[in-house]
Amino acid sequence: MSLSINRRHLLKSAFGFVGASVLSGCDALVTNDSVNNIVQSAENLTKVVQRTLLNRHQLAQEFTEVDLSPNFKVNGTDHPEGDDYARLLDTNFIDWRLIVDGKVKTPLKLSLADLKIFPQRTQITRHDCVEGWSAIGKWTGVPLKAILDSAVPLTEARYAVFYCADKYEEAADGNGKYYESIDLIDAYHPQTILAYAMNGKDLTVGHGAPLRLRVERQLGYKHAKYVMRIELVDSFTNIARGRGGFWEDRGYEWYAGI
Amino acid sequence: MTGLGAKKTNKRVLVWRHSLLVRSTHWINVLCLTFLLMSGLQIFNAHPRLYIGKYGADNDQAFVSAGARGEQTSPQGYFRIGALTIPTTGVIGVSYQNGQPVIRGFPSWITLPGYQDLATGRRWHFFFAWLFVLNGLAYLIYGILAGHFRRDLVPSGDQLTAAHLKREIADHARLRFPKNDEARRYNVLQKGAYLSVVFILLPLMVLTGISMSPGMNAALPWLVEFFGGRQTARTIHFIAASLLVIFVIVHLFMVVASGFWNNLRSMVTGRYAIEQGEDSK
Repeated sequence: MSLSINRRHLLKSAFGFVGASVLSGCDALVTNDSVNNIVQSAENLTKVVQRTLLNRHQLAQEFTEVDLSPNFKVNGTDHPEGDDYARLLDTNFIDWRLIVDGKVKTPLKLSLADLKIFPQRTQITRHDCVEGWSAIGKWTGVPLKAILDSAVPLTEARYAVFYCADKYEEAADGNGKYYESIDLIDAYHPQTILAYAMNGKDLTVGHGAPLRLRVERQLGYKHAKYVMRIELVDSFTNIARGRGGFWEDRGYEWYAGI
Repeated sequence: MTGLGAKKTNKRVLVWRHSLLVRSTHWINVLCLTFLLMSGLQIFNAHPRLYIGKYGADNDQAFVSAGARGEQTSPQGYFRIGALTIPTTGVIGVSYQNGQPVIRGFPSWITLPGYQDLATGRRWHFFFAWLFVLNGLAYLIYGILAGHFRRDLVPSGDQLTAAHLKREIADHARLRFPKNDEARRYNVLQKGAYLSVVFILLPLMVLTGISMSPGMNAALPWLVEFFGGRQTARTIHFIAASLLVIFVIVHLFMVVASGFWNNLRSMVTGRYAIEQGEDSK
């Protein structure tokens, strides 16, 4: 996301400082906690209704080569900072390993070459950013289901959490590492893939090299880039701010099907 | 209404105009559309560009865009539709907060929240979208079952004759409103406007809204295809919302012009005063 959203607290204190009540009556309503709880209840309604309408394995629309965006927008992090990532990039991710752990019977450590041994899936899908824009791209990767089948999730596993190499708009408390989570319904969906190629070429750094998640029935921020580790958990309340993802921690819906 | 008491010979009769369900769904709708518009403009501001087709982002040609150009110290706001660029400094593209120019699509005073916060805008938009849909369904079901559409909104045969239409358009243009028994029913232009809003614009808002949801796209792929792709659906959503705003402006103008307190009372209590008498025609 290119915009700096959720500066509410900063704005509020800034306004309070100059003693100007710039916030309108509406804004007072918006910042009221009990009002917010009511308003937030609609998210669950959306999820329940969409999950009822959607067959578990119903596919997102797929497109053809003619529909591809000529220039797929790079959004969010365009280049992860830090020496660790720089070293991985310099060596063409030869030492990069995807860690799969948590509530699984067999934890895994997979290189890019290992991932490419799994059966691959290619799909041309539309990426819808929460901001409103869309881009169509061709993604190739390994279905997450194949990885999970190798790792064998334990019965208490409910979510797959994706930890990424990038930090975005790092907060004062050091919070800012990008992460995401999906439940097992989406994790086992046939179009949920860990993509290592886009439009027929290795993923570029801007689009999440070496590996990014595709969860085609949800908005762009769920599609974590620079995936380093997948942890299966029974709850994500103890991770970061507890809402299941970087943007979720900043007020966005965990279920991003709308 | 003749609030000045100019026509004392006329008798004012209160007639039953709006049922309880029509009145309550009307006011809930007012609430919903207000919040939907304001939160919708907040969402628009996150990416103030509209496209035609299945995809569309910064690198693609926009059909509509709001933005700023010129020097950083005194940016000029613009609203662009196709090849037409309209300078909109102060309102769209660039607006002022505490005297300082701020680059944003729609100004702070019309977005919810007033500051930039897409997550909150979305949360409020979807809450009121649900309320709007449920309210609209209640109204539609009632309208069919209670005969509200057939009785009150579908033009009667006599209203559709050329002579009647001609006279009504002429009366309308002069802001002359019907009296006597003719005032007991909506005029045909009014019926047309209400029918278009109820059966075209409002359903279009819901359907184009649904077409922007990736989850709903998977569930109902034909719907987004029908609108010509997700970005076209988003553009139609914006255009239909603009038409609704125009409808509301005209509606409010007509409410005031044809007797503000009488109209307001009828939408609150259900009773509407009509004038009866020989010289009131």
